[in-house]
Parts: sequence; C-alpha cells; structure tokens
Amino acid sequence: MADSAQAIEVSNLHKRFGPLEVLKGVSLTARQGDVIAIIGGSGSGKSTFLRCINMLELPSAGTVTIHGETIAMKKDGHGGLMPADRRQVQRLRSQLGMVFQSFNLWQHMTVLQNVIEVPVHVLKVPKDKAIETAEALLRRVGLYEKRDAYPAFLSGGQQQRAAIARALAIQPLVMLFDEPTSALDPELVGEVLTVIGDLAREKRTMILVTHEMKFAREVSNHVVFLHGGVIEEQGPPDAIFGAPKSERLKKFISSIH
Amino acid sequence: MSEETSILPAYIPPKARSLFEPHRLFLMAVFAVIIFCAAWFMRWDWLPRYGGRLAYGVWQTLVMLFWSSIVGFLLAVPIGLVQVTGPRPLAWLAKGFCSIIRGTPLLLQLWLLYYGLGSVFSQYPELKSSFLWPYLRQAWPYGFVTLMISFAAYEGEVMRGAFAGVPRGELEAARAFGMGRFTMFRRIWLPRAIHRALPTLAGETVLQLKSTPLVATITVIDVYAIISRVRQDTFLTYEPLLLLALIYLCLTGILVAAFRFLESRIPTREA
Repeated sequence: MADSAQAIEVSNLHKRFGPLEVLKGVSLTARQGDVIAIIGGSGSGKSTFLRCINMLELPSAGTVTIHGETIAMKKDGHGGLMPADRRQVQRLRSQLGMVFQSFNLWQHMTVLQNVIEVPVHVLKVPKDKAIETAEALLRRVGLYEKRDAYPAFLSGGQQQRAAIARALAIQPLVMLFDEPTSALDPELVGEVLTVIGDLAREKRTMILVTHEMKFAREVSNHVVFLHGGVIEEQGPPDAIFGAPKSERLKKFISSIH
Repeated sequence: MSEETSILPAYIPPKARSLFEPHRLFLMAVFAVIIFCAAWFMRWDWLPRYGGRLAYGVWQTLVMLFWSSIVGFLLAVPIGLVQVTGPRPLAWLAKGFCSIIRGTPLLLQLWLLYYGLGSVFSQYPELKSSFLWPYLRQAWPYGFVTLMISFAAYEGEVMRGAFAGVPRGELEAARAFGMGRFTMFRRIWLPRAIHRALPTLAGETVLQLKSTPLVATITVIDVYAIISRVRQDTFLTYEPLLLLALIYLCLTGILVAAFRFLESRIPTREA
C-alpha cells in the first residue's frame, strides 16, 4: 500500500561537479497526488535536484526510486555513478513528464507532432489514438488552433503550454517542472501558471521548481526550501511562508517580497 | 482564443519592387538584344544533329551529380557525427579525411585515382580476372568515386557544424522522455541537423554540379564532353560554349528551386 502510493522517493542524494558539491544529501518522498514546490536561491541546487530525478544529471551518490522501482546505478570509474541499465532508465523516464525552463520543443515539428512524438515513437501508441489524445490535451491548454504551427512562430507562453501538453501526452506518473516560467516575459507567466494550477487542482502528482512564491503557496501541499545543497526547511506551504523557522528561509522570503 | 493571435508581431514583407523600374527595363533590353544577336548572327545549324547526344550528356551529368551527392551525403552524416560525438580516434580519422580532401584540388584527386590507382589495378592479374574488372577498366567509376568522396568531405564538415548546432535542450528533452539513442538520432537530431544545413547543402550541390565536367578529363562522356566534341567537329567556339552555359544555368535553377521547396516545407523564424 505504502509502495503504490509512493510516486517518487529520493534518498540521500549527492551531486558533485568536480570539487563543487551542489547537493549534499537530499531526501524527498512524493506520494501520489502530492504537489511539491522546491524553492531556494540561485545556486541552491534545486534544478540539479530535479534533473537528478530523471537522470539528466547523474547523482554522485544516493538512490532514486520511481513507483517502487529503484534505478540501478553502478560506478562510472571517475568517482561518480551511472545507470547500470540504460533501458530501465529510459522506461522510467517515459513515466516522468518533464517541462523545461526553455521549453525545448522540437523546432522541426509542429505543435501536434511534438505532442504525439513520444507516445508514437517511444510508447508505441497507435498514431490515430495518439492524435486523439494530443488534440484533447491541446484543447485543454488552449492551443488547439495552433496545432499545426511550428514552435518558432509561437509566443513563449504558448510554447510552454505546448511543452506541458507534450509532457501530459505520455500520461506521466509525475510531472516535473523546472522553473517553467523563468524564461517568460512577465505578461505571459499567468497563462502558464493557470495551466499548471489546473493540473495541481486535479491532484496530479508534481514536483515544481519555481520562483513564483505566491503560486507555490497556492497550489502546493508541501514546500521544500533548499539552501547550499541541503534541505534547510520543509513543510506545508502555510507554515513555510507564514511562519518560517530558519533564519535563511526568513531572509529568503523577505528578499522575494 | 483572442490572445493567441495578438502576441506575435505581424510579418511585414519587404517592399515589393516593380518589375518595370528603369534599370530593370534597361537590363531586360540588353538581354533581349543578346538573345537576338545570338540567334541571328551565330550558327546553330549543328544543333539538331547533336540533339540526341546532348540529351544523353545532360542525363549523364545529372546521374553523376545525383548519385555522387546522395552517396556522398550518406557518408557525410557519419563523418559529421563522429566529429561531434564519436570516440577520439574516429573523430581524428574523419577530421583528417575532410582536411586532406578539402585541401587538395578535385582535378588532382580525379587524376590520382584514374591514372594512378587505375594503372596500379591493371598490374594485378587477380583483379583482372575478378568480377570487379569490368568496372575498374571503365572511366566512370573513378569519376563517380572521386566526386562522391569530395562531396562526402565537404558535407561532412557541414554536417559536423549542423549536428553541433542543434540546441542541446532539444536533445535533452528527447532523453528526458525516455527516447533511446537511435530513436533520438533518427527522429530529432538528424532531421534537425539536416534542416539547419539545407541552405548550405543547396549551395554545395550547385558547386557539385559544376564540378562534374572534370570527369570529362578522364574520358567520361557528360554534357561537357559532348560540347567539346561539337567544337572539334564544327570548329565553332562560342555557340557550343554559350549553349553549355545555358544548360548549366538551367540545371542550377532547377536545383535551387528544388532545395527552396524542401526548405519551405519547414518554415523557420530565426531570432
């Protein structure tokens, strides 16, 4: 029971870039339906932590467990770790819907093609079924009319909404958001947050690295404050933002407002 | 969805120019006079006699161009790729190949292959009795191989840049969604690189077209060889050469139009 409810469990994660230790033992558990916001200053390691979950960055130590399955790691011979089984990583990755700061839509494909790409070519969903799903998702994020447009012709907000549809199309166990609004012009942030907020309200499991404190407080049920590569403080949003305990968190929150 | 449409600035095309501006009228007049003079004062009576052979020559030129470019490009993809992501020794090998081929004249390579290698081959009786000999004793395989290698080297360099230029984030997105290496290469990296390289490839293919007449120097009969023959037979200088220029011009036009079409299939908007 506990296992099936556990979407992601990260334990004692370390990440070194050469002599620099970015993550110094971070553990986090996301149960199904959790919306976890990770906040922290720049250089706190929050993006690195998120990218370690789907092995875009390889952790130096620690384990990542997705839906009860621990990613098998082995020594890479340079003092770090690497996945022992590439196929396992690929299979688990295809259950995590990642949304990037810089959208990273495939520019040689239309919006619709971007959304059906992974279902058709990785998950082997029949094409007509994938298109059906994709069109429904594009309607949801308000981009149905733009389905045949190329990403370069969309605004940043539209591109990010398309990227969210692309991530949703794989019917992910967990959505990972890596600062989804940081590359957007201020007036486009709202449309993207609206979409993410809707997903949070329907109890989709997500881990969200963000600078939007107000938004984090509204949608999350758990907030993690990273500082210097460790979890400085964590708890429900009202406690974190309303009654921060640590000095660093107090300073961080006051510097944001 | 009113906000959908309002965000991008409308595309304003550059001011459409009239076809009938004074300098254009002047140029058109000059061109018309040239055409008239060429038709009226020059000798074209030989043309019908060589029509069939000319068509054959154009066909040979196109076959040479087409196959050497296609096969050359297929070689260029791995040559470019290993320089970006391959193991060191392979990358060096590819780099060395590109440097040597790009650093020496095509005519020299052609002659080295045909006169050099060709005469070495003929000293081996084993080769002479093998199934390869019918090919090795003809000229066109040497022409084809030289052109192909040349294209592979130049385009290998182009593809290296194109592969390296595909934004890392797009490849990262492919990995993040669980794509395997081969799928990522086939679906994202290669098409994206080719798309980026298309304008360059168009220019390179036009250059390749104009390299093909070199094979006439090793007795391959292409359109240039036919025109040379016409000049020897008729003692005419300008008429056949003008016709040859016109033929290459038309072929170039067709190539450019074909590449334009390919490019237009995926519109770009580079910032």
